[in-house]
Amino acid sequence: MKRQLPLLLVFVSGIFLVIQYFVPAEISDRAYEFMLDWTVIIGIFALALGIWSLIRVSIEKIQRKTHDHNYTYISLAGLFAMIILGLNPWSAGLDDYTFSHLFRFVMIPIQSTMFSLLAFFIASAAYRAFRARTVVSAVLLVAALIMMLRVIPLGPLSVYINDTSNWLLLVPNLAAKRAIIIGVGLGMVATALKVVLGIERAYLGKD
Amino acid sequence: MTLYERLLVLDRRWIFLILAIVIVGAIFVPITIPATAAKEVEVIYNTIEELKEGDYILVAMDYDPNAMAELHPMSYTILEQCFRKKLKVITLTLSQNGAGMVDEALKGVADSSTMYARITPKYGTDFVFLGYRPYYALVILSMGQNFRVNFPADYYNTPLDSIPIMKGIQNYDDVKCVISISGGNVADAWVANANGRYNVKVALGTTGVMAADYYPFYQSEQIFGIIGGMKGAAEYEHLAKNPGPAIEAMKIQVFAHIVIIAFIVIGNIGFFMDRRARKRSGGQE
Repeated sequence: MKRQLPLLLVFVSGIFLVIQYFVPAEISDRAYEFMLDWTVIIGIFALALGIWSLIRVSIEKIQRKTHDHNYTYISLAGLFAMIILGLNPWSAGLDDYTFSHLFRFVMIPIQSTMFSLLAFFIASAAYRAFRARTVVSAVLLVAALIMMLRVIPLGPLSVYINDTSNWLLLVPNLAAKRAIIIGVGLGMVATALKVVLGIERAYLGKD
Repeated sequence: MTLYERLLVLDRRWIFLILAIVIVGAIFVPITIPATAAKEVEVIYNTIEELKEGDYILVAMDYDPNAMAELHPMSYTILEQCFRKKLKVITLTLSQNGAGMVDEALKGVADSSTMYARITPKYGTDFVFLGYRPYYALVILSMGQNFRVNFPADYYNTPLDSIPIMKGIQNYDDVKCVISISGGNVADAWVANANGRYNVKVALGTTGVMAADYYPFYQSEQIFGIIGGMKGAAEYEHLAKNPGPAIEAMKIQVFAHIVIIAFIVIGNIGFFMDRRARKRSGGQE
């Protein structure tokens, strides 16, 4: 029963949503809304589970004294500080001075800095990776150079570079991306079918 | 070790240092990079321009502070254009760290519109901020039924039904189009769930690295336009005749690209010279 019930729930919900998509009736829409409400409710539980999981993993790391366990104090402190400050009944809510300043002057600069560092790593990676070792890598190198040159104003040359970069984006890039998207889509349908039909049961866990 | 061999194993810290110097130096160079709008950017601008006063538009600012430098300029310009056109703007964020930024951006744009364009967009009458909800795919799907499923109240906890701009507004059928300015996979969900399921017109603003991923959707008309990265934002500012941080930042991007191209060229010169030297000495390639 422990395994049969979730399998039955997944089967019924899956089949129902597939049929519902093709039934243009009001009752079908209402049932769909009902299902959406349930997904939101389940999502809230998942959020709580996520917080609990983070706390448990962090505590385990501290107990085992793993080499990077000091960082977990910071993540736990950050988690609790924001929860306490956000839920504090005496605070001014979203306009609370400490809460908003922690976001504005800690969170925003930290995240912006992390992303900005990417420019440096991309430059270093480009220097090492874009070498014309073979014909294929030479093609990649030329395509990368054209794409980078399109942001640089080069007078009348810019027209040709823009045309070429647009062609690169709209023909070879698009063909490759579309192939990937269709492949992923088909893979998703196959996986969904396996889950609905109970062939794929990894989500049930080991027990 | 020969010069060519040194070039091949150049310490990456030199690259970091030179790039940092160029980026900081570029800030002080008094030049403006000319911008010419691409078709996929222009179509978004024209679509908003063609909307009538009082038409509704949904602007989703789905990004975290990490993509702020690239995406904030396009959000600002689009919001300013909407306020100038006197459109009714519904905003939200599906990015967990986005709420504070959107709130700040809306207040900033409303203030600058009052100061420079002599338009005073009022919260609740001309624009509303619904806030953030987790599980973006579900939120996008449920907004197709009713905005109130996930957003019974706005960001400031005011019930949606008591906000004048939201009276009678139910779902995507009531908005002319959706502009999602996105720094992640949320963009996919807008295409698949909002356009795919509810047929609403969707346009995307994305970071530079993401833009190439969304061209297939542009060609298949699942999205009607795309603003890619800082370049796209600069093009939009140029179209809106509203020069701002994107046009200003383009010069930095241009100089950074020149440095990266120079490094790639130097690396390849080193590679070929080294290979020739090895061939001459009869060594292995």
